[in-house]
Amino acid sequence: MKDKTTGKSMTGASILWECIEREGVKHVFGYPGGAILPAYDALKGSKIHHILVRHEQGATHMADGYARASGQVGVAVATSGPGATNMVTGIATAMLDSSPIVCITGQVGSKLIGSDAFQETDITGVTLPITKHNYLVTHASEVARTIREAFYVARSGRPGPVLVDITKDAQQTTCDFDWEAAKPQLPGYRPDLSPETKEYEQALDLIHNAKRPVILAGHGIIISGAMQEVRDFAERAGIPVALTLLGIGAFPAAHPLNLGMMGMHGEAWVNHTIQEADLLLAFGMRFDDRVTGNLKTYASNAKKIHIEIDPAEINKNVKVDVPLVGDLREVLHELLPKVESIDRSEWLDFIDKLKGDSAVRDIQNLPDSGHLYAAHVINDLWRETRDGDTVVVTDVGQHQMWEAQYYKHEKPRSLITSGGLGTMGFALPAAIGAKVARPEAEVWVVVGDGGFQMTLCELATIVQEKLKVNIAIINNGFLGMVRQWQEFFYDRNYAATPLLNPDFAKLGEAYGIRSMTITERSQVVPSVRAAREHDGPVLMNFRVEQEDTVYPMVAAGASLNEMIRRPSKIVETAADE
Amino acid sequence: MLNTYVVYVENKPGVLTRVASLFRRRAFNIDSLTVGRTEKPEVSRMTITVEADHDQSRRIEANLYKLVNVLLVENITNEPSIVRDLAMIKVAATHEARSHVLELASVFRARVVDVAPESLTIEITGAEDKIDGLLEVLRPYGVLEMVRTGIVAMRRGKASTTAATTTNGGDRDDVPEEDVSHSV
Repeated sequence: MKDKTTGKSMTGASILWECIEREGVKHVFGYPGGAILPAYDALKGSKIHHILVRHEQGATHMADGYARASGQVGVAVATSGPGATNMVTGIATAMLDSSPIVCITGQVGSKLIGSDAFQETDITGVTLPITKHNYLVTHASEVARTIREAFYVARSGRPGPVLVDITKDAQQTTCDFDWEAAKPQLPGYRPDLSPETKEYEQALDLIHNAKRPVILAGHGIIISGAMQEVRDFAERAGIPVALTLLGIGAFPAAHPLNLGMMGMHGEAWVNHTIQEADLLLAFGMRFDDRVTGNLKTYASNAKKIHIEIDPAEINKNVKVDVPLVGDLREVLHELLPKVESIDRSEWLDFIDKLKGDSAVRDIQNLPDSGHLYAAHVINDLWRETRDGDTVVVTDVGQHQMWEAQYYKHEKPRSLITSGGLGTMGFALPAAIGAKVARPEAEVWVVVGDGGFQMTLCELATIVQEKLKVNIAIINNGFLGMVRQWQEFFYDRNYAATPLLNPDFAKLGEAYGIRSMTITERSQVVPSVRAAREHDGPVLMNFRVEQEDTVYPMVAAGASLNEMIRRPSKIVETAADE
Repeated sequence: MLNTYVVYVENKPGVLTRVASLFRRRAFNIDSLTVGRTEKPEVSRMTITVEADHDQSRRIEANLYKLVNVLLVENITNEPSIVRDLAMIKVAATHEARSHVLELASVFRARVVDVAPESLTIEITGAEDKIDGLLEVLRPYGVLEMVRTGIVAMRRGKASTTAATTTNGGDRDDVPEEDVSHSV
């Protein structure tokens, strides 16, 4: 059967774009090369806007940022060999954070596979453990079904990256195209699970008998779109909510039941609350080691209910009493009508007392001594941008933790950050993806001086695509988080962590980006305002205190309530609004 | 404890790698893995034995289901089932030892499949402990070479479970609910 609209046979390359377009994609991020050239040649007949990146890693992070900002599948394109292997870090990042992306790679001609041809890499083999699924396509006739399956697998169930490797000849040869006939055929794939009645009953029993329950709110809430359901549930049952890093935005920061972030750099009172709890309700989170600390002592008096779409996560790290395997939103819909309203004021009062005793929001209250602290920058940025549709994209390290502590997110998809893999270099390209997905949003990159230099080549992409992205470099001249570990655990031996940096403002100017350097706290707000008003991208080089430290901190392997606290005599009070 | 899984997979290139890679990545040590055709050309069947406690065995099952090409997983460790291993054992058998070796083979209902002046090759099919038993008694004569297939297994008595692996995702009513977790 021919393509119904044109009545013609199509090349594999044309079918590729046709299918991607029919999946609702308007933008792809890519970099051309020999084995993917037929696809690039066919791009001219497509409505898809191709964004030329400067490195394939950037393309994958952009697709990832696009997906996280919008909830839609992001697409990255690269050639065979080095183009494909450059995608590996971005694919692994998306895998660990359950982000739906589809990566298209060119492959050498099917006759050449296995011959170590020029730019040949077994990329399906390489990416096997870091993709949700992957495909090698060797015939044009397989393109349509494979692309449909790839999108379906990427976005359904627990989302994740799917790679489609297409040989050059499969792109070049022609075949009949029939979208309807190319339906996914995935007999072994069942993303739609739901718990059994008795499991619901067991869960309700635990909930109704709990005196000191806590909800652990994870990324799954945002992926499932269950923000309202979680809020209804928490309010009805009177249960406070602690957030994982990727759960930030899933529950409004200003909500009275919101506790804040848990884990290694979480609020002290949140970690204490979890340790004191008699019931944990894990909503779309996976008990990562950064969240639990020492498993032997983790919430040892608490029963655990785990609502999770991936059955392989059940009892992986923490043994749970009741698993509810299914889509969080649907599970909560089932639970909500049966949840009784219970007065838990005694427990909430107890947590309030913990807050008073162990607040960490200290830096903000320091007198303005001329020193600039990262916390100042982030907290001021929050004050200036809190009312808008703002998306903050962070990199990995100290600035990331300060962002999580000092920027209060009220809405889902307003913080995009690499959690599971902890990928330095993520922020700048992911922000490009976020801006492309949501052009009306105000997008801020918060990035360290180390991570920025890993993918700064994408500044050119920002300029070429005329994207209004604001970049705040938290520049302390160190690989800050590594330095912090050296300070605590390696006797202040700062091996390989001091950075000799270029003048970032001059660098930005060289790209044609308006750039500024900020060294004092009093300059933060005016420069943020100037950046927001500027019609075009802005690079802000914040030269902050060099040896500042993220507190509190649960050392690796320590119990969750054993936190390293700020040693100075600063009066600790809860953050000022 | 040693768990035995029967895993039905789509008969497609690379599926064996996906399954083997899963066990490697999750640090589960495969004791034995066999793969072969079934009565349906589009379905391959694996028998995998792996050392795992109860929680681990459930996670192995759940992780297997996460592989898109995996159709059905059965943990038959505690099910009535037929388990078979096949071995070929080449034993040094000089003139005086030959009759003893032949006698032992017949006690174990093994077959002699090759006779050479200095050796006999014996084929035996059975549960692993039966083969281990024969091996034990042959060892004093000198085992020159041995190969084993690894086990294949099948549930006793039940209707075909391969029926539950229809490639259009058909229903699985004949599979007990508690045995079925699913992929995501």
